[in-house]
Amino acid sequence: MTGAAPVPEILRRPSGGRASSLPLMGRDAEPGIFELSSAGRHGFSFRATEVPEWTAEELVPASHLAPQPPALPEVSERDLVAHASRLASRNYSIDHGAYPLGSCTMKYNPKICDAVASLPGLTGCHPSQPASQVQGWLALLAALERDLSEVTGTAAATLQPAAGAQGELTGLLIMRAWHSWKGRAPTKVLIPDSAHGTNPASVRMAGYEVVDVPSDARGLVDLDALRRVVDSDVAGLMLTNPNTLGLFEADIEPIADAVHAAGGLLYYDGANLNAILGRVRPGDMGFDIVHLNLHKTFATPHGGGGPGAGPVAVTERLAPFLPGPLPRQVAGEEAGTTERYRWVMPERSIGRIHGWHGNALVLARAYAYILANGGDGLRHAAECAVLNARYLKERIRGAYDFPFDGPCMHEFVASSAALRRAHGIKALDLAKRLIDEGFHPPTMYFPLIVEEALMVEPTETESPQTVEALARALIAVATEAAADEGAAARSAPHSTPIGRVDEAAAARHPRLTWSP
Amino acid sequence: MAHFVPHTEAEIEAMLGFLGLESLDQLFDHIPAAVRLATGLALAPGRSEADVLDHMGELAARNRPCGTGMGHDRLVCFAGGGAYEHEIPSAVSALARQSAFLTSYTPYQPELSQGVLQALFEYQTMLCRLTGTDVANASLYDGASAAAEGLNLAAAATGRRLVWVSEGVRPAARAVIATVCGPRLEIREAPLVDGVTAWPNDLGEPAALLVAYPNYLGALEDVAAAAEWAHAAGALLVADADPVAAGLLHPVGALGADIAVGEGQPFGTPLAFGGPYVGLFAARDARFVRRWLPGRLVGEGKDASGRRAYVLTLATREQHIRRAGASSNICTNQTVVAITMALHLAWLGPAGLRELALRCARGARYTREALLAIRGVEMATPAPTLYEFAVRTPRPAAIVLERLAEDGFLGGLELEPDYPELGQALLVTVTETRTRADIDAFAIAFEKAVA
Repeated sequence: MTGAAPVPEILRRPSGGRASSLPLMGRDAEPGIFELSSAGRHGFSFRATEVPEWTAEELVPASHLAPQPPALPEVSERDLVAHASRLASRNYSIDHGAYPLGSCTMKYNPKICDAVASLPGLTGCHPSQPASQVQGWLALLAALERDLSEVTGTAAATLQPAAGAQGELTGLLIMRAWHSWKGRAPTKVLIPDSAHGTNPASVRMAGYEVVDVPSDARGLVDLDALRRVVDSDVAGLMLTNPNTLGLFEADIEPIADAVHAAGGLLYYDGANLNAILGRVRPGDMGFDIVHLNLHKTFATPHGGGGPGAGPVAVTERLAPFLPGPLPRQVAGEEAGTTERYRWVMPERSIGRIHGWHGNALVLARAYAYILANGGDGLRHAAECAVLNARYLKERIRGAYDFPFDGPCMHEFVASSAALRRAHGIKALDLAKRLIDEGFHPPTMYFPLIVEEALMVEPTETESPQTVEALARALIAVATEAAADEGAAARSAPHSTPIGRVDEAAAARHPRLTWSP
Repeated sequence: MAHFVPHTEAEIEAMLGFLGLESLDQLFDHIPAAVRLATGLALAPGRSEADVLDHMGELAARNRPCGTGMGHDRLVCFAGGGAYEHEIPSAVSALARQSAFLTSYTPYQPELSQGVLQALFEYQTMLCRLTGTDVANASLYDGASAAAEGLNLAAAATGRRLVWVSEGVRPAARAVIATVCGPRLEIREAPLVDGVTAWPNDLGEPAALLVAYPNYLGALEDVAAAAEWAHAAGALLVADADPVAAGLLHPVGALGADIAVGEGQPFGTPLAFGGPYVGLFAARDARFVRRWLPGRLVGEGKDASGRRAYVLTLATREQHIRRAGASSNICTNQTVVAITMALHLAWLGPAGLRELALRCARGARYTREALLAIRGVEMATPAPTLYEFAVRTPRPAAIVLERLAEDGFLGGLELEPDYPELGQALLVTVTETRTRADIDAFAIAFEKAVA
C-alpha cells in the first residue's frame, strides 16, 4: 500500500496549524465571577431620557414587586473585561489552530462573514417588521434557499431550524405529514447503527419507533438486512452519506429503491455534506429530505456549542409541507420594476419550527460564504477536504488500524484497539496526549461500531503542512505509548491550564451552580 | 474567488503523488457514476471579499432597520413582543466577539475548554438566580423551543400527555409548541379574560400548565395562583419568564413555578431579524435533572491534581449517549449567545438590572399616558402591565403601523390576527432606549395615524 511512500519535501515545511505555542499562562484557576464581586460595585450606565422618575412602588402592584433584584455579581466593567479575557485565553478555538473533530467539520470561519453579520442594516431589523420594510432580508433568505436547493439537488427549503437536530425533527415531521396526507400511518424509521445519536432521539420526538439497520463488513449499510426490515410500516430511512465512518454508501441507488418501493422516504443527514459539495447531490441520490449544518459545511462559527443553523431542503412533492412562512418573490404586475418578496405559508405546512425566521445572522454568514466561494469554490473545498483526509489516513497507516478500510471521503475512523490490547492504553489517552503535541483531539469513541475509535476530519482549510504535522503527531503519540506503555499518555495532557478531569466524580456529586 | 483553501497546485500534486493518484477527480472514482454531478453547481462564480461586502451591503440597504443616532432611514422602535431593542454595552459586544468563544466547538475536551465551560457555569448560576430555580442548562435554541422542551419535560416527569397552554403565551411560540409537541402531547389552550389567563375549572389530568409572566399582552399574570392550580391537579407549572422584568418582579421559582423558560435576547443580542437568540431553561427541583433535563449541563469538579475544573456533566440524559432514550434531541445549542447574556447581566449587576427594568416601566407608563390622551385610544385590557401594553385604536392596527412608519416609527405589533376578540389593537413596547423626546414625537405621530 502507499503508506510506505516517501513524504514529499514540500509537505515537510513548518506548519501553521499547530498550537503548541499557545500561551495559556499560569497555573491558578480563574476566580468565578461571583468571587470577584464586591457589594455595591457596578459597571452600568444608562442614557438620560428625561422620562419622569416614578418609583418601583408606583409602577408595579405590590403583590408582584420583588423586595430586591436577583443576586447577580457586582463587578466593575474593567474587572469583567479582564475576567472574560482570561477565560478566553483558557479556551482553544479554530482561530488558534487545527481542530480535526470527525463529523464536526471545524473549518476556518472566514472573517468576511463576521463583517457581514454586523451590518447595521441586518442587525437592526425587528423580526416582526412588515415585509415591505425588510425586503433586503427576504431577498437574502430567498437567495440562500435557492442556493442550498441547488447544492442539495432539491426544490425548496426552510431556513427556520436553529441547528442540525432541529432540522432532523423538522424533516421527520415533514415525513409524517406527507404520509398522513397520503392516508398512511407508518410507525417506524430505519437508522444505520453508525448514525449520530441525534437521529434516534429525533425519531422518538417525532413520534416514531427506531429500527436499527446493521452495517456490513465494509462499514456500509447491509443491503440484505435493510431489505429484510423494509415494509409498509416504515416511514423512511435516515442516512448520512458519506457515513460516519467517512465511507460513501455506494449502494445508495438500491437502498433508495428499496425504501421508495415500500412507500418510505429517504432522509439525508447533512453532517457530512462537506465531502461531496459540487460532486454529488443528495437529491440526485434519491433523497427526499435533506438537512444541512451551516455551522459545519458553510463555515459559520460554532460559538463554543452554538448557534448553528439546520435548514431543511426537500424535493418538489414535499415542498407544500415545509414549515413557513417562506419568502417568495411577488410575481407579475404586482411586482413592479424591482424584485419584491412577501411571506407565504406553504399549502400543507407542518407549521412553525422557530419562534421567528431562524438564526438569521447565521444564515447571512452562510450566504456570504457561498457568494465568496461560488460553485467552483465549494467544489474545490470538497476536493481538498477529501484529499487532506485521504493523505492523513495513509500517513498514519501502520500506527493505527482501520477496521473499515474503504477509500475515505472527508474523514476516517482509526482504531487504537491494538494498543489497548497490548498495553491497556485507551483512545482517550492518545487523544489527551495529542493536546501536548499542539493539536485538538479528534472525535473519540464514535461511531459506536469501532473499538477505541478516533474519528479524524482535518477539513480543507488546514494546509498540507499542517496535515503532515498532524500525521506526525498522531504517529508520535502512538509510538510513544507503545514504547513507554502509556506512561506519558495516561497522565496527559501536561501542557494545559488544568489536567485531566475526574468526570465520574463530577457526575456523582453534581455541582451545577456557584455557591460560596 | 475566495482563498479559504490554502493548497497550491504543487502541494496538491505532491499529495496526490503520495497517494498514487493523478487527479482530484480520482478521489471520487469509487462513487457510482449515476449519482455523480456531471456539470458544476449552477451558482455564481466566487467573488472577492470586497465584492461580497458590497453585495451584502446592498441587500442590507433594502431594509429599514431600527435604531437611533445613526442617521439614515432608521425607525424608532416601539415594537417588542418577544424581540427587544435594548442598549448593548460596548464591553459586552467586544467580549462576546472574542474568537476563543466565537470559533470554538462544543467543549467536549475540558482541558482545552475551561473558558467556555466556566462562562457557561456562571451563566447557569445567574439564570438560576434570575428565575429563583436550582438548576439551569447551558441554553436551548430560543424562547419558543425552550417552552416546548419545558412541556416535554413535564410530560416525561408526570407520565401524562395533556398540557394546558395559556393564550397569553406568544402566538408564534404556541405555533412552535403545536409543531414540536403535537405528535406526542395533547395541547389545549386556556383563554385570556381581561388580559390574564382563565384556567378552566376542570383541568383533567394535565402534565403541565404553561403561563407567560408578563404575558404577550404585557399583563402581569397571577403565577402563584397558577402554580397552586397546577399542583392541585398533579401538574407542573412551566413559566415563560421575561428576564428583563425579573429586575422588578418576583422570580417565578419563588412563585411556585417548577420550570422556568424564556428568551435571553434582551441581554446583549441585537434584534437581528429574530436570531440567533437564546432559549432559557431552568428547573426548581433537582429531582428532574438526572433523567429529564434537556440539553447540556456544566458542572464544577476537580482535575487529577485537585485543581478546580469545569466539565460537561450528567451526559447520560443526552442523545449522544442515550440515543433513542434521550431526554431531548438537542446537540448544538446557543452557547455564545448565552455567554453574551451572562456578560451583560454581570455588567448590570443587581442594581443595574433593577434600574433597567425600572426605566422600561417608566417609559411605558409615560407612553401609555400619552397615547391614552388621544381620542379613541384606550387600553385593550384592564390588567396591570409593566413595559408592554395593548391599546385599542380607532383604525385598523395595520394602517396605524403603516402611517407611523411613514413618520419614522416602528409603532408596535398588530394584535388582531391572533386576538380577534381585542378588535383593532396594537401591542406597544417601551424599553430604556426611548427618551422623552422619542415618546413625545411618537404620541404626535400616533394621533395623526389614528385620525
